[in-house]
Order: sequence, then C-alpha cells, then structure tokens
Amino acid sequence: MTPLLSVQGITKRYGAHIGCADVSFDLYPGEVMGIVGESGSGKSTLLNCMAGHLAPDAGQVVFDTRADGPKDTVTMSEPERRMLGRTDWAFVHQHARDGLRMGVSAGGNVGERLMAVGERHYGDIRGKATDWLERVEIDADRVDDRPTTFSGGMQQRVQIARNLVTGPRLVFMDEPTGGLDVSVQARLLDLLRGLVRDMGLSAIIVTHDLAVVRLLADRLMVMKSGRVVEAGLTDQVLDDPQHAYSQLLVSSVLQV
Amino acid sequence: MTDYNFAYLDEQTKRMIRRAILKGLAIPGYQVPFASREMPMPYGWGTGGVQVSAAVLTPDDTFKVIDQGADDTTNAVSIRSFFERTAGVKTTTATSEASVIQTRHRIPEEPLTEDQILVYQVPIPEPLRFLEPRESETRKMHSLEEYGLMHVKLYEDISRHGHIATSYAYPVKVEGRYVMDPSPIPKFDNPKLGDMAAIQLFGAGREQRIYALPPYTQVVSLDFEDHPFEASKADHPCGLCNATDSYLDEVIMDDQGGRMFVCSDTDYCEARRAAGHKGKDAA
Repeated sequence: MTPLLSVQGITKRYGAHIGCADVSFDLYPGEVMGIVGESGSGKSTLLNCMAGHLAPDAGQVVFDTRADGPKDTVTMSEPERRMLGRTDWAFVHQHARDGLRMGVSAGGNVGERLMAVGERHYGDIRGKATDWLERVEIDADRVDDRPTTFSGGMQQRVQIARNLVTGPRLVFMDEPTGGLDVSVQARLLDLLRGLVRDMGLSAIIVTHDLAVVRLLADRLMVMKSGRVVEAGLTDQVLDDPQHAYSQLLVSSVLQV
Repeated sequence: MTDYNFAYLDEQTKRMIRRAILKGLAIPGYQVPFASREMPMPYGWGTGGVQVSAAVLTPDDTFKVIDQGADDTTNAVSIRSFFERTAGVKTTTATSEASVIQTRHRIPEEPLTEDQILVYQVPIPEPLRFLEPRESETRKMHSLEEYGLMHVKLYEDISRHGHIATSYAYPVKVEGRYVMDPSPIPKFDNPKLGDMAAIQLFGAGREQRIYALPPYTQVVSLDFEDHPFEASKADHPCGLCNATDSYLDEVIMDDQGGRMFVCSDTDYCEARRAAGHKGKDAA
C-alpha cells in the first residue's frame, strides 16, 4: 500500500535555533497520527512545514495525489500546492478566527471552498453548506449568521465544516480543542471521531492534550526540542512510555 | 500656456505613465503599478484619471469630462478648465465630438468609436480589497487566478437580500483571466465594457495603479448560474426626454414625496430634447 503522506527528514531552523529536526514518518490512508509534546517542542513548526505554510530547510513531504500519484509537495509549484490546500487537504486552526472569515456568514464560510474549486450554482452551494452545518450539529437556521455571533465551540465546528466540505483526504489539525471547556471539548472530539471514521479521513493532530490523542489517534509521536523522541501505537506509548520525557509527559496528567 | 508644460505633467512623467498604459493594454485587466504624482487637487477627485488623460492628450484632441454622467458638475467643470488652461485643448460636452473622454462613474449612453479613448477615475482598483485585507495576498490571488472569494461576496449578497444587491463597481472577468473592478459605474453600464470600440483606461491616483481594456475585449460580469447578472436601472422613462434605454438619476423635487427620473447622461438627454423628444416633466 502506498502511504498517503510520506515525510522524510523534515528540518526547519530559525537561525541558530532548531524548529524541528530530521522528522520522518509515513501516514497511510485512514490513519490518524497524533503529535504531542510541550510548548516549543516544534510540533506546530512541523505541522506548518507539512501543510505548506512554512518552507522546510531540508526534507521531503511526499503526498499521494489523485492525479499524478506520489509527489513532493515541498518542490511542487505554488499553484499546485495551493490547489491541494483547498481540495485534498484541510487545515483546522487552533483559533477558529484564524481559519474563518469573521465578516462572512456561516454559509458563506462553508461555501467558500466550493466556490474556490469552481462551483457556480448558488442553490447547490447553499444546500451543501446547510447540510454540512447540520452534520457538525449547527441548526440550519443559523446559516446566515456571522461566526461572531457563535460560541467558541460552534465557531470551531463551523471551521471543521468549512474544511471538510470539499471531501479532503488529509486533515491537519493544530490543537483543535484548545481553548474550549471540557464538555464542549468532549462533544467536539466525539464529532471529530465520527467524521474521521465515516469519511475514512487521514489526519495529523498536533496537541498537548493526551486525552485528545488517546481518543482520536492510531499512532503517536512524542516530540521534544524539535526531535521525535518516541513513536508508536497510541496505547503502547501512553501505557508503556520508554523515553524519559514520554514518561514525564504521561505522569504529568492529573488524575481526577 | 507658457507657464506649464503641455498638459501639466513633465515629459518624463508622461513617458512613465504611457509605459504603464501600454503594459496595461498588453495585459487586459492587470493592475500596473505606476509612480503617481501629486496633482493640484485632492485624492478622490480624479488624480489618477487626470494623470492618464494628461499622458494621452495631444494638442489636436478634443476633451470631454463626465462626472456621474453630467458635464456641468463641480468635478467635471474643474477638470475641464484645468486642461483648457494647462493643455489649451478644445473641450466639448458632446460625446461624439470628443476624442478623449475622462469619466467618473458612468459610460456615455452613445456608443463610442475606435477614434475615442475613455479614461476612468478609479478610487479603489482592487476588487478583492474588502474581502482580503492583505495586498500581498490579493496580488498572489490575481497571479494564481484564485477568484473563489469574489463569489463569496455575491453569495453573501444573495443570502442577505435574496438577489445580488451589488449595484455599482460590479466585478467583471476580463478575457477569462483577470477579475477587475470597473470603477464605481452602475452595473447598468457593465455590458458596455465588453466589446467596446474605444480604448478604456483606468487610473487610480492614490492607489498608484493603472489598468486598461483594449478595444473589443471580452468582459464578463460575475454571477451564479441560478442568479444570473442583470443590468438594472430605475423602471421609468426619463422625465425630460422620455428615453427608456438610458440610466436614470432619481431627483427629489420637494418634501411631499415628489420626485422625477432624469437621464444621468446630460449630453444624451439634451441631444434627445433637441431632436424633439419630450418627457412628462419637461417644462
């Protein structure tokens, strides 16, 4: 089986500092990969390098494109990469307002990706937008309201709908539950888990919350100071951490 | 005349502007940056249009200025007298006699010919400005032809008003490539932009951009399949000349709700009245 995404030796430096160094892994279709680590461990840098938001200093990010098979997205032309960014890829930001247009209605936000890939029928666009808002548990009669009138959890769900409407195959998520209270977090996680399973999505989730990866991720990478210190199946890493830092991370979780 | 160089600007400046115009004509709809000069009028009064006019005027030209269709409003009168003084060119109010027409917010009703140049004053050349605030990003969107966002604006119009409520500065696509702001002309005028015999030049002074449409260019107004573009106007005949095919201004007559509709193109209206047409409000 061809991996959907094959990352090889990704390195990003900020001057003398290391953002992330020599990260390699393969992600297969339908698989969810979690990346955990403390603040400043380079997990967001890595995610941005993979999603094409940052140019890595070295390494390859080979994506299995629908048309041409495996292709290095670091060296592909910018129009191609941006096209991927609005068709096969999705990016869920930690803060919904980074990923949404706050001055545009929820329906317009969800419809934007459809219009960006050439849909020109208002009725169809609106129908799909309403359908997707319902799938993320937002009432259809809120379709014309702006995200500013929504709660934080709803904004995050609109952002997810906006990203999934074009049926992507790979979703990058940067702390998707950050800044939400625990009950809203739980519902969002439940929703995400359902969508990922139903659509057969592959996902890369960056988080510092071990509960999130326990629920969603099949595999786990633990990062420290820009390097991967441990990788393996989620349960294996969380239940039997080998590296000293992983042990620290797992034991830092408060038990209620 | 001896106090100024012909048409106010010095020859080097005109050369620079002409280069930008030529580039704009070569890439229809593309916004060409140019080194806009200080003009003896405030930004927003047509500094871009004036510079483009100054660069294309020759001593043999006949010049006409339109402000919202009218020849006799402040902006039109002052720009006309500006070029009378600094270029000594003939001026006219008749559309057919003019070889260079500078316009603010209208296209004349009378069809233009291949011997004419239409110069638009443009306040905001970037059609994506209020959708995407980053200029670096909008330039990238133009270069990569990513125009989905333009339809988001139209989508918002329909979802809020039930129809496309944008009635002026209606975005167009030029030759299937660049999305362009046609300056704040009413969308009634949009169909005239395409396939026009005259050269159309757009000058934005404050924003330092020039763009152009060569003669007979394909210009398409953006729309949705189920909400097609419609060139709308007030559903009345002109009160003075009874024209039914021209764009109308609504004029409030009193505080009792009295109003009349008149052609916004004053030259067109006068010509029709001289030919004997008479509307219901004509004295």
